[in-house]
Amino acid sequence: MPRKHASRRLAADVCLLLVTVAFGLPLAWVVLSSVDPHADLRVRVPGGLTLANFDAVLTPDITYTPLLNSLILCGGGTALTVACAALAAYPLSRFRSRLNRPFLLTILFATSLPITAIMVPVYALFVRVNLIDTLQGTIFFFAASQLPFAVWLMKNFMDGVPKELEEAAWTDGASSLQSLVRIVLPLMGPGLAVVTVFSFVMMWGNFFVPFMLLLTPDQMPASVSINDFFGNRGMVAYGQLAAFSVIYSTPVILLYILVARRLGGGFALGGAVKG
Amino acid sequence: MRRLTRVLPLAPAVVLLLLFLAGPIAYCVYIAFTDLQLTGQAHASFVGFGNFRHAFHDAEFRNAVWLTLVFTVLSSLVGQNTLGLALAALMKRASKPVRTLTGGVVITAWVLPEVVAGFLLYAFFRREGTLNALLDWLHLPRQNWLFTLPVLAVSFANVWRGTAFSMLVYSAALDEIPSEITEAAEVDGAGGWRRMWHITLPMIRRSIGTNLMLNTLQTLSVFGLIWVMTRGGPGNRSQTLPLFMYEQAFQNSMIGYGTAVALLLLVVGSLFSVVYLRLLRTEV
Repeated sequence: MPRKHASRRLAADVCLLLVTVAFGLPLAWVVLSSVDPHADLRVRVPGGLTLANFDAVLTPDITYTPLLNSLILCGGGTALTVACAALAAYPLSRFRSRLNRPFLLTILFATSLPITAIMVPVYALFVRVNLIDTLQGTIFFFAASQLPFAVWLMKNFMDGVPKELEEAAWTDGASSLQSLVRIVLPLMGPGLAVVTVFSFVMMWGNFFVPFMLLLTPDQMPASVSINDFFGNRGMVAYGQLAAFSVIYSTPVILLYILVARRLGGGFALGGAVKG
Repeated sequence: MRRLTRVLPLAPAVVLLLLFLAGPIAYCVYIAFTDLQLTGQAHASFVGFGNFRHAFHDAEFRNAVWLTLVFTVLSSLVGQNTLGLALAALMKRASKPVRTLTGGVVITAWVLPEVVAGFLLYAFFRREGTLNALLDWLHLPRQNWLFTLPVLAVSFANVWRGTAFSMLVYSAALDEIPSEITEAAEVDGAGGWRRMWHITLPMIRRSIGTNLMLNTLQTLSVFGLIWVMTRGGPGNRSQTLPLFMYEQAFQNSMIGYGTAVALLLLVVGSLFSVVYLRLLRTEV
């Protein structure tokens, strides 16, 4: 029996390693090319190590301004989403009402709508109400598009916080808002972190929304400005493109690791999504 | 009064959702029946079902529907779903370091921004890219993948990017199967495939349903990945519905027509969404 187990484990290991190599090749390309002085399109060991690619892209035009724009857009959108979701989740989780179920079903329905499909009308609408090409308009739209899922997650996490502590606070005359901010939210730290990180990561990687709603190049976040490596700057410098990709991707990878660590294992988001 | 203070916290979320989500959807339904153009004429006129009639007679629209179908079935139903389940099942048996490594690499592909993923796979499939280098090394015939088989290339790209989600969902589902059940079946002499088919799959069927729905919805709205890799080309040979919608609305300045296509996409998405809700309801 143990031998059978061992051979089975070996077979599984070999299969997984093959898949890992297949999935890892494109990742290896970006990491290796970013430090390769003569990067092209294939994976290979760099001729020599250089930081010249990073040096070349670390300028206000190419990196700092787009990253700052990304930070403003995604930071603003995330703050708005998390604040609205926390407020909305409180009555949904704490008070019984006939409206809860229809409201939650609508929210759940909205989480799975293809946002891509409404971008053309959103563009037309934003032109009419003068929100086109403004950061605040884009932030509002980002927040609204992530809100259904954030409310859903937040409500589920909040259900896990026992009610007794608040009841004591209520008898002491604390308002709902006070007990939410002082008691419930501090007790659901990991849940709050998941909602925040998830919203931020989704917005950070989103290309279509800013691509449609912003027009001025100075306002573009990194997800859109990265396309300038093709076209506008003539010959494609693949090493620089790779270096920029590494810089742009690092924050979301770190954030994911942070949350996964805190929740003990990388499977937290999958479990949360499963409802 | 007490009731009012209780629902008041819902207000910011409701306002935001009404203004920026329900509003555009309502506006979408309205524009889809007009001939609104990008040039911004003062008054768009109502054209009834004209845009939809146009769509069904438009060979390019039918091409986009077909490609969307191929893209969704290949990358979501077959690719992400099956590979995700296989990875989750293998990970239960594999040794810990291998499990951690595979999980890390697959999840990294998922967490990367969409556009970066697009570039990585563009480089991978290009004529002078990694895949052809690998084929040369194995003495197999090379291809100009993005030219000869663009749909296949973008479908693979979507599998690369999306499999982690299925893997996570299925890992969580498999962990919930009591080990006594599989062990009992093993003692009774049921082989690996039979255990999978008769025990594991029926026990995780709800997760399969949820996962298929969410994957399909996500795949239906993929834009950036395909845009970066092929721009829908060459010609329109990888132009799925979101790219078709974008081209009609902005390159051909027919916002009304583009929105009609968007509305169709939204309706299909809503249908999937309703099915998904029903699946969850049986679970609760």
